[in-house]
Amino acid sequence: MNTKSMKKYSPIFVLPTFAAFTIGFIIPFIMGIYLSFCKFTTVTDAKLVGFNNYLKVFQDPTFVHALWYTALFTVVSVLTINLFAFTIAMLLTKAMKGTNLFRTVFFMPNLIGGIVLGYIWQLILNGVLLYFDRTLTYSATYGFWGLVILMNWQQIGYMMIIYIAGIQNIPGELIEAAKIDGASKWQILKNVTIPMLMPSITICSFLTLTNGFKLFDQNMALTGGAPSDKSQMLALNIFDTFYGRTGWEGVGQAKAVIFFILVAVIAIVQLRATRSKEVQQ
Amino acid sequence: MKKRIVCAMMCVAMAATSLVGCGSKANEGAADNSSAEKKDDASAEGKVYYLNFKPEAADQWTALAETYSEETGVEVTVQTAASGTYEQTLKSEMAKSNAPTLFQVNGPVGLASWKDYCYDLAGSDIYSQVKSDDFVLKEGDAVEAIQYAIEVYGIIYNKTILDEYCGKDYAVVKSADEINSFDKLKAVADSIQENKDDLGVKGAFASAGMDPSSDWRFKTHLANLPIYYEYKDKGIGYTDKIEGTYLDKYKQIWDLYITDSTCEPSMISSKTGDDARAEFVLGEAVFFQNGTWEYGNLIEGGMTDDDLGMLPIYIGAAGEENQGLCVGSENYWCVNKNASEADIQATLDFMNWCITSDTGRDALANQMGFLTPFKSFDDGYMPANKLIDCSNEYVDSGKTSVAWSFLTIPSETWKDGVGAALTEYAQGTGDWKAVEDAFVIGWEDEYAAAHME
Repeated sequence: MNTKSMKKYSPIFVLPTFAAFTIGFIIPFIMGIYLSFCKFTTVTDAKLVGFNNYLKVFQDPTFVHALWYTALFTVVSVLTINLFAFTIAMLLTKAMKGTNLFRTVFFMPNLIGGIVLGYIWQLILNGVLLYFDRTLTYSATYGFWGLVILMNWQQIGYMMIIYIAGIQNIPGELIEAAKIDGASKWQILKNVTIPMLMPSITICSFLTLTNGFKLFDQNMALTGGAPSDKSQMLALNIFDTFYGRTGWEGVGQAKAVIFFILVAVIAIVQLRATRSKEVQQ
Repeated sequence: MKKRIVCAMMCVAMAATSLVGCGSKANEGAADNSSAEKKDDASAEGKVYYLNFKPEAADQWTALAETYSEETGVEVTVQTAASGTYEQTLKSEMAKSNAPTLFQVNGPVGLASWKDYCYDLAGSDIYSQVKSDDFVLKEGDAVEAIQYAIEVYGIIYNKTILDEYCGKDYAVVKSADEINSFDKLKAVADSIQENKDDLGVKGAFASAGMDPSSDWRFKTHLANLPIYYEYKDKGIGYTDKIEGTYLDKYKQIWDLYITDSTCEPSMISSKTGDDARAEFVLGEAVFFQNGTWEYGNLIEGGMTDDDLGMLPIYIGAAGEENQGLCVGSENYWCVNKNASEADIQATLDFMNWCITSDTGRDALANQMGFLTPFKSFDDGYMPANKLIDCSNEYVDSGKTSVAWSFLTIPSETWKDGVGAALTEYAQGTGDWKAVEDAFVIGWEDEYAAAHME
């Protein structure tokens, strides 16, 4: 088949995905933006109120709190996840017995859904805290670290796979040449491995960053925002505003739009920053 | 050529996958999907879709709907929202083209957000069965919502254990009837707590769990008492500004609940409604604040009528010797006026059938255990529910029932605020001042927010 006939068929190939994307993303997205300027009880029955909803968003102390809480969580989780994932990837690319088994085991937590994980870890952590007469929802600090542990457990395996692929792609000659030049292990890591791994680092930091910001299921299942909404992250805050507060549906929608812009901006900045450090082989 | 065939096949495969999923049922989104549908395709006759608020009666409603469909051929779908998710389920269901025809609101505040969807029931058969207008919500002359279940709550106690306690030499009362004030209740609870090992219990009160499955018992039902007494003193039925004159009483009953309890106060934020019920059913606790709706669960758990009694919630208000149980309802039926005419008619017929036919009355009174405000139930359809009997005893002995003043709470957010402050106070991470603020200032803010336009 030549390129010409490929061109002829391309709309047919694109169509299913495009239709799904339109129905599942573009239409709800546009509807969401429209609804953020409306007052409504059900989404099919809305009337325009202008920028009122956006004004209310910033008067809502829980939103601002959730914003900072989420930002802090994201910083901590991006650092810990990537650090652990990278370390484990380094270990599992050494010639060692059973690396495949370990890789599989580390990857497995990723296959479990967020809600299930949230409840499982709630049981585990509450079981441990029981010895201190505490529970996860005692204070937001417990919820915070509980969530960090949970996300680490879930995501390290996934990021590890990406790092392993990256490490295996580094040409052996480079390392060998560095060794011959008398570089120490630390120098090899710093000057050869990490620069060569920049594409993997870009992907991993992008994924952990956006996952951190968008975290919802785990947050809802683990603490549900308790106590006093202090362990509530942005996505859950939006959900609670939309469904939990009569008359505030539009405000929840406005928060969602702000949330989208925020995540998009942060993700683009991060991509630019790490991309610029990538090197060509 | 071969490539072309492969290509064509792939196109077909993709087109096919994109169509998969369109065939699934429309109502999948709701939490508990139980339906009696597709008896036949008599859609021209209209169909009924009831979004039920009470999870404890979910199975009975489904069975009743099936019976009705078999008898009449009208399709009746019953869905039940999971505990605490009714509003959000209703919100998403109402946005669908196949919206509920019969739904519920929890009182005047709940009605405010749904009044544009309520069909006027003034001329309906079901309205003619209601004993008095105390049981309906009106907007002008229009009857927007009709109560279908009257419920009662108080402090349910384990009669067997309490009787055993009364026989002990450390007992401060000789019978449960002597408990008629907060001081008596506290004295009894304290001495049970002190001698819990001798009585074989873990605490006087079942855990005051502040998990969402249980926190409504305190942030809403218990909070009713300070609101009720303040309204009573002022002679009002609702207010835009609460003063919190009975907050010190609220504090002392809450202190009692968390001190004479089966668990440490620092644990309550994760304790659930099931935890508290289990403790009570297993005889680990003597007192359990809850209502008549729990009856089925308690019996299912292995308790008998002889094990059960109910006390009013005494908070230490003046004249509380004459206080009865808290009687009211947050179960109002509304018919969706945006449904097609045939569907509305089918829904009205179904509602009428539920409260007038033998099957319907038997289901509501005996299986679900509802006390209803309908005339049609007077001839022998009183619910088989020991807890309702307890409440009738209080009424018969001339005690004044406590109204459900919590129905005038301005918003759910107010309840959440009070609940969170109660939790923090109990576990020692917050002080009582926060509860007072959430109660008083929160009320004013939320009332203003709810009545902005």
